Amino acid sequence: MAVAEPGAVSGWTAVNGRWGTWLRRREWARGYLLMSPTLLVMVAMLIVPMIALVIMSFWTQTVLEIDRTFTLENYWHLIEPAGEGDEIPTWMGIPFPLKRAVYVVLLLKSILMSLSATVAVILLAYPMAYFLAFRVKRHKMIWLMAITLPFWTSYLLRVFSWKLMLGFGGVINSGLMKLGFIKEPLEFLLYNPTAVVITLAHSWVAFALLPIYVSLEKIDRSLLEAASDLGDRPWERFLRVTLPLSLPGLISSALLVFIPTVGDYVTPTLVGGPSGIMVGNAIQTLFYRVNNIPLGSALSLVMMLLVTLLVCLFLWAVGYRKMQQRAT
Amino acid sequence: MRMKLDPMTVYGFAFLVFLYAPVLLIPLFSFNDSTVATFPMKGFTLNGYRLMVNDASLMNALKNSLIVGIGVSVVSTAFGMLAAMGATRYALPGKGPVMGTIMLPLVVPSLIVSIALLVILRKVFDVPLTLWTVAAGHVLVCVPFSMLVLIARLEGFDKGLEEASNDLGESAWMTFWRVTFPIALPGIVASLLMCFTISFDEFVMAFFLSGTDQTLPVFLYSQLRFPNKLPPTLSLGSSILAASIVIVIVSEWLRRRGVQTSKPGAF
Repeated sequence: MAVAEPGAVSGWTAVNGRWGTWLRRREWARGYLLMSPTLLVMVAMLIVPMIALVIMSFWTQTVLEIDRTFTLENYWHLIEPAGEGDEIPTWMGIPFPLKRAVYVVLLLKSILMSLSATVAVILLAYPMAYFLAFRVKRHKMIWLMAITLPFWTSYLLRVFSWKLMLGFGGVINSGLMKLGFIKEPLEFLLYNPTAVVITLAHSWVAFALLPIYVSLEKIDRSLLEAASDLGDRPWERFLRVTLPLSLPGLISSALLVFIPTVGDYVTPTLVGGPSGIMVGNAIQTLFYRVNNIPLGSALSLVMMLLVTLLVCLFLWAVGYRKMQQRAT
Repeated sequence: MRMKLDPMTVYGFAFLVFLYAPVLLIPLFSFNDSTVATFPMKGFTLNGYRLMVNDASLMNALKNSLIVGIGVSVVSTAFGMLAAMGATRYALPGKGPVMGTIMLPLVVPSLIVSIALLVILRKVFDVPLTLWTVAAGHVLVCVPFSMLVLIARLEGFDKGLEEASNDLGESAWMTFWRVTFPIALPGIVASLLMCFTISFDEFVMAFFLSGTDQTLPVFLYSQLRFPNKLPPTLSLGSSILAASIVIVIVSEWLRRRGVQTSKPGAF
């Protein structure tokens, strides 16, 4: 460092005076000075709006104005228990004794749909990543590019293509009718939670494959040979060596899909129909049609907190930290 | 390519079919001579493309998207470059939280980011919604990607080169243009192309932050609701897909080429 410093200093001779000397002495200050425009933009455009969201969630919406006195009313609004004689709504057979159960139900439903999509993605992506890491010997780059390419094309169009696929007069229905398997189009394909889960899984599978692939690729092949030499059958070897060593990648993939899909807006809007809407649609409605910004802010924050909490809980449960230490 | 036809290989190809089949329906039906996307297909036509080219509002949306995309890619890459340079060459205390802040747009749902931005812009600063607000939102989404690409390029960058340039009497500014910039160039081009594709395809931010001037995805979304508009919409979708694929392949090729020759002497 001492050798490098004089060279680095001469570049800064343009900066004169005390400030210049101070900067010259402190590497971190120069680093942060360089990063400051980027940081400033991120703070101004992301952190400030997020803080505003938090503040507004403690305000209330009256008919035309926003009442700026601090209150927890919006949060209470989301979980207020049902009063006497209120109709108690049920979801999947579970009663929700809340005054406005729609928000809690939507949150749970979104999380469940995201989880289903995540499981589907892992089940689809793992064998493919395994195939890429262990079976593909040549043209690996071409395979990898072919898989990641769709991820960089329009999300809107990929979602729309499932509408073409599953629609009433869509490809599956018209194809099956042409082939004579069915007489009437199947109505249950589009506009329901399953359609949303399929579409989400399709949209994210290419991206989620990469961390699994990287963790499989990193596995020391001599460990696999050792397991075989010591008498493990291929299946045992997979369960006892390959799978545990690839778990960190698998976990990153799961998070990579779960975190952004809970708040997805495009997919439920295009293929979800009334039964397949998610919490993102409710947030949009609150901000736009109902024009209740404080309640919308509260719901957004509850959703993000819930996702963060679930992620932390999950990482703690699987002992991610220990796993990472072992892997390195 | 010598490969046994075992179940794994079959799965590999089936996976590719699953990945591509739905998306390929869009170009497939864009040539179909019918206003509905159903089998059996009718004759071949380029009618959808003709309608597409003659649609003035579509062309306007395309123009808007190009303007926003180019502006966003340049600005995001500049911000990404500054962050990547700061992150790769200085030992920074508290680097984790700082990098976390810049990467935050990758984990916060864009719906919430855009609505929060919208509320701030409209209710606090009373800024009218224009292409500028869309571009601002897109910069937010693009900067983390740009930074990651450029960090990958600048990592392992020989600091001695810049020091040599300084020692030989170049100013910091000239050192950047004559040493750092040429070495980072493949990464910069990859970042420009990547940010352009992200901005060009981005829908949620553009949907919430645009005023009367629509970008192409917002226009596309407004057309998806009208069944009689299907042929030009499919043609537009196919054109967007084709453009994205070309850009991604070029950018990926540049990035990989950049990584392979990352030893600065190899130019």
